[in-house]
Amino acid sequence: MINKIVTPQEAVAGVEDGMTIMVGGFLATGSPEILMDALVEKGVKHLTVIGNDGGLAEGQPGGEFAGKTSRGIGKLLDNHMVDHVIMSHVGVNPRLNEQFAEGTLKYTLVPQGTLAEKIRAAAYGLGGVLTPVGLGTPMETEEDELGRKKEVVEIDGKKWLFERPLRADFSFIRPTLADKFGNYMCAKATRNFNLVMAGASDHTIIAPEKLVEIGETDPDMWQVAGVLVESIVEGEKRWQI
Amino acid sequence: MADLKERIAKRCAKEFFDGDFINLGIGLPTMVADYIPEDVVVTCHSENGFAGIDALADESNLNVDIINSGGQYVTALPRAKFFDTAESFGLVRGGHVRATVLGAMEVAENGDLANWIVPGKKVAGMGGAMDLCAGCPEVIITMLHTQKGAHKIKPQCTLPLTAEKCVTKIITEMAVMEVVPEGIKVIELHPDFTKEEVQEATGVQLIWADDLKPYQED
Repeated sequence: MINKIVTPQEAVAGVEDGMTIMVGGFLATGSPEILMDALVEKGVKHLTVIGNDGGLAEGQPGGEFAGKTSRGIGKLLDNHMVDHVIMSHVGVNPRLNEQFAEGTLKYTLVPQGTLAEKIRAAAYGLGGVLTPVGLGTPMETEEDELGRKKEVVEIDGKKWLFERPLRADFSFIRPTLADKFGNYMCAKATRNFNLVMAGASDHTIIAPEKLVEIGETDPDMWQVAGVLVESIVEGEKRWQI
Repeated sequence: MADLKERIAKRCAKEFFDGDFINLGIGLPTMVADYIPEDVVVTCHSENGFAGIDALADESNLNVDIINSGGQYVTALPRAKFFDTAESFGLVRGGHVRATVLGAMEVAENGDLANWIVPGKKVAGMGGAMDLCAGCPEVIITMLHTQKGAHKIKPQCTLPLTAEKCVTKIITEMAVMEVVPEGIKVIELHPDFTKEEVQEATGVQLIWADDLKPYQED
């Protein structure tokens, strides 16, 4: 049977300057740190990054549980590897607004639920989604992430905003548990974008916190089918505070 | 000022019923949860990934897999349901999250809401605010009536909208108002203020309810 297990370096070997990647996580909870570290090590530049937000900078979140290092997409931003972010929220990690102000980073904002559905449409073969979200706002009048004008569709007297699918070259995902075929599940609030991003790219790479043998667990627990996963990387650690 | 925000949060806490499913925004709206009566059992939606958010976590019960939408470590109720972003916002757009409580920069006479961006200032992004305002059947705005005297309730919003015609109720330190087809209708007036003072603090001609009531305070 095909062996999907690769090293972090092998997993990111195909990521080239200028590519588009999507990364699971919400303020870095559920982001695959080991894959972000491998991208930093490779030193790839000019990426377009799709994710909910820019992860965390060193010392975030404030208070007693603050991290000692940056987390998730924050690592790519620290190393100026990103030219364009497609996100719902860019206000937490200060690197984002710094780089917008410097003119080295541009952004496309997408409402959080719409972002998930655009990605899901790409993964699951839909031509886009019709949503009421964003009607009458800049989401209706501004161009989308690829500079395309958006369309308002009227069906049976009701208006909808048409949002196109959103694909990438690579999806980087952090399951809590996976088997060696790539079937996986994400615990608690780490699901966020980690379920819809599988299969929305040419290559889906997972970095599970725990990897088990095929058949070791009840298949009923998997949230995402391993057939969507091209590569599996071992060594992702539980976040320590 | 803290007292006024507490007044608003306490009044807003009376808007929910036993079995309700709601979303409370960051800041003043979060304070509302502290004042919901014990016999009114509501389930709060945390749009990053679950229904049934409980208190902030401490060292004894912290799970690094459970955060709220502000990135704080929190705990989940025994009846909690975790979900991914697609399901989370399916619940929102589907109208299943009955009410959302948010702050506002501007509210228009027709219920248009602006609360996510000021052009030229630091960009934060809308996060889930556009989805919540377009999807929830009831959008309750909790805010101070004016911005240091400047009107926040206006004929039209001048800032980019979060959603159009979405606001159903506005709760300020002065009054409780409903957005009705004719405009903004005051249903409760706080005894610290006269009708004239509230009208002066508002950028549109207010409609006064025939059965205008005193602002409900404990």
